[in-house]
Amino acid sequence: MIEHGKIEKNIGLMLVLTLIAISIGGLVEIVPLFFLKGTVEDVKNADGIKMVRPYSPLEQRGRDIYIREGCYLCHSQMIRPFRDESMRYGHYSLAAESQYDHPFQWGSKRTGPDLARVGKKYSNEWQVQHLIAPRSMVPESVMPNYPWLLTALDTSDVADRMKALRMTGVPYSANKAEHDNNVKEFGADVAKQLHIPDARKNLIEQAQTGKYDGNAADVTEMDALVAYLQVLGTMVDFSKLDNDSFVKFR
Amino acid sequence: MSQGNSQESNVQTTGHVWDGDLQEFNNPLPAWWLWSFYATIIFSVVYWVAYPAWPLGDSFTKGITTITYKNDKGVEKTTHWSTRALLMKDLQDARESQKKYFDMVAATPYEQFAKNPELSNFVASAGKVVFADNCAACHQSGGQGKMAFAPNLTDDDWLYGGTHDKIQASITNGRHGIMPAKGGADLNEGEIESLANYVLSLSGEKMDAAKIAVGDELFHGKGLCIACHGADAKGNQDIGSANLTDKIWLWADVPAQGSADKKVAAVKAVITSGLNKGVMPAQNGRLSADQIKLLTVYVHDVLGGGSKK
Ligand code: HEC
Ligand code: HEC
Ligand code: HEC
Repeated sequence: MIEHGKIEKNIGLMLVLTLIAISIGGLVEIVPLFFLKGTVEDVKNADGIKMVRPYSPLEQRGRDIYIREGCYLCHSQMIRPFRDESMRYGHYSLAAESQYDHPFQWGSKRTGPDLARVGKKYSNEWQVQHLIAPRSMVPESVMPNYPWLLTALDTSDVADRMKALRMTGVPYSANKAEHDNNVKEFGADVAKQLHIPDARKNLIEQAQTGKYDGNAADVTEMDALVAYLQVLGTMVDFSKLDNDSFVKFR
Repeated sequence: MSQGNSQESNVQTTGHVWDGDLQEFNNPLPAWWLWSFYATIIFSVVYWVAYPAWPLGDSFTKGITTITYKNDKGVEKTTHWSTRALLMKDLQDARESQKKYFDMVAATPYEQFAKNPELSNFVASAGKVVFADNCAACHQSGGQGKMAFAPNLTDDDWLYGGTHDKIQASITNGRHGIMPAKGGADLNEGEIESLANYVLSLSGEKMDAAKIAVGDELFHGKGLCIACHGADAKGNQDIGSANLTDKIWLWADVPAQGSADKKVAAVKAVITSGLNKGVMPAQNGRLSADQIKLLTVYVHDVLGGGSKK
């Protein structure tokens, strides 16, 4: 038996031993996941192109606004593999689907419905109207109004934001070699969107052709947020995948 | 100090003494607590053996519990316990218990649903849930629609047709009605005013006779309106161009306007700017074929009351 008195009289030793004791939980439960095969599922098309891609600059800015407005306080983005959830929201979320989310938006509270597969569920028109005045579309809603989203989007720092994410491992490309590698992994169209030097140009182009807020002329925060909402949960085409290929990973 | 101690002096201490007389008692845990604690330890060992538990490099111990499910191709498979396999089995079991109904839904031709009361009840209750989760945000909870946003599904007026097949097509592939600004024609303010008067008169509104006459001519001539709405202005269901003769309005909020002037203004606004916002999202890929069939019958039989037009 180690001498009680020694630990109790030596605060430094006690601190070190306490730290070791409480890190065991994390070491046992979290660290092994980094080594397990298939923690993040590998979902690819038949031609080897990855289905899940990083967000385009416009979508990424929309995600920033989603976080700024605190949407995650009422909405989760995690469909758990339960019968009731899969019948209401669709296929359970894959780890692969949030692999480029830093931080992830799984959330822990559902005042409103889960949004992991809300992409393409509604039209852009509905999303815009619902964000400005939720009760005009859903009379019993308790979601707040967000009318200020129709103001211009600050696009000046989008490249810096992508650079920061690149440091966390999101494959935004800073040079030609990285861009060429993205072409191999994600295809040419997607790789173009991931190129940091063109970020601002790509953002404006997507907002103007997509007309997410119903107006091609301007680039608003609404354009960005709706572009983001419309892509949620739509990257993986489950009809092309064998459903039981996911079973072995969990 | 030493007196306070004396009552409890028979309690065991840890043996440490500070400042000469400060001692630490060592009260043993109650036996029931201690044994519950041992039981949880034993339980955890059982759990490790039964379920996936310990990481082993790039893999993990799978445990001895298994789950048997059918994969997408109907092949029966047995795996270690996994929430994902459990879900597949759960869904299959649930389907098994409702199999009778789902088989009936799949096998029954559309016209036969109304004749089977048991099946009609199933459609009314199961359809209501799927409709609430996927359609009500636009068409509203009773399917009554929303002015200037989504059509009423409970009346017998259909943009794209009210037969089962047409409704199924609307749901499966989605719809997007488009009318160019000013119908695509070169119209001035006065001409649009006359057209609005004419269009309103078709729905029985009392309008200015002179303007109606001019509007009539424009509608069938220079305005190009008949190309989409037809010479009788009853619309074309292939492109979802509205029937303009039936007093039912989706985009021009005529019923809400008190005066004739305001009604004209509402219709003028639609003609001037055209329409592009009527977007019904395709459900193909989002909902299963069963769910789409269920909704088709729900919209046709339950909401639409057996529509035909
Ligand atoms: C106070 C809690 C709350 C906050 C904050 C909130 N919502 Fe909601 N949201 C709800 C509720 C409740 C509903 C369900 C009723 C409705 O559709 O309005 C909802 C519904 C939605 C839906 C429709 C989901 C579906 O499947 O029908 C979307 C999309 C949505 N919210 C997006 C957002 C976004 C984006 C934000 C941040 C800008 C946000 N919400 C903030 C409560 C909230
Ligand atoms: C984003 C809003 C939205 C959602 C969600 C939506 N609809 Fe629609 N729906 C519309 C609009 C708008 C139209 C009219 C399209 C047009 O104007 O061209 C429409 C048209 C239709 C039509 C054709 C009506 C006619 O008169 O011919 C049917 C049937 C229909 N929807 C059923 C459904 C069902 C069932 C669901 C649920 C799976 C659903 N809709 C979900 C907006 C929506
Ligand atoms: C290219 C085809 C096309 C042409 C040309 C066209 N329309 Fe339309 N119109 C439509 C469609 C499609 C709709 C329904 C849109 C929807 O529901 O999303 C519509 C809707 C309308 C409505 C709204 C009805 C309501 O329920 O509120 C009015 C009014 C109307 N048209 C008048 C006209 C007039 C007047 C002209 C001629 C100047 C014209 N349209 C030319 C396709 C056309």
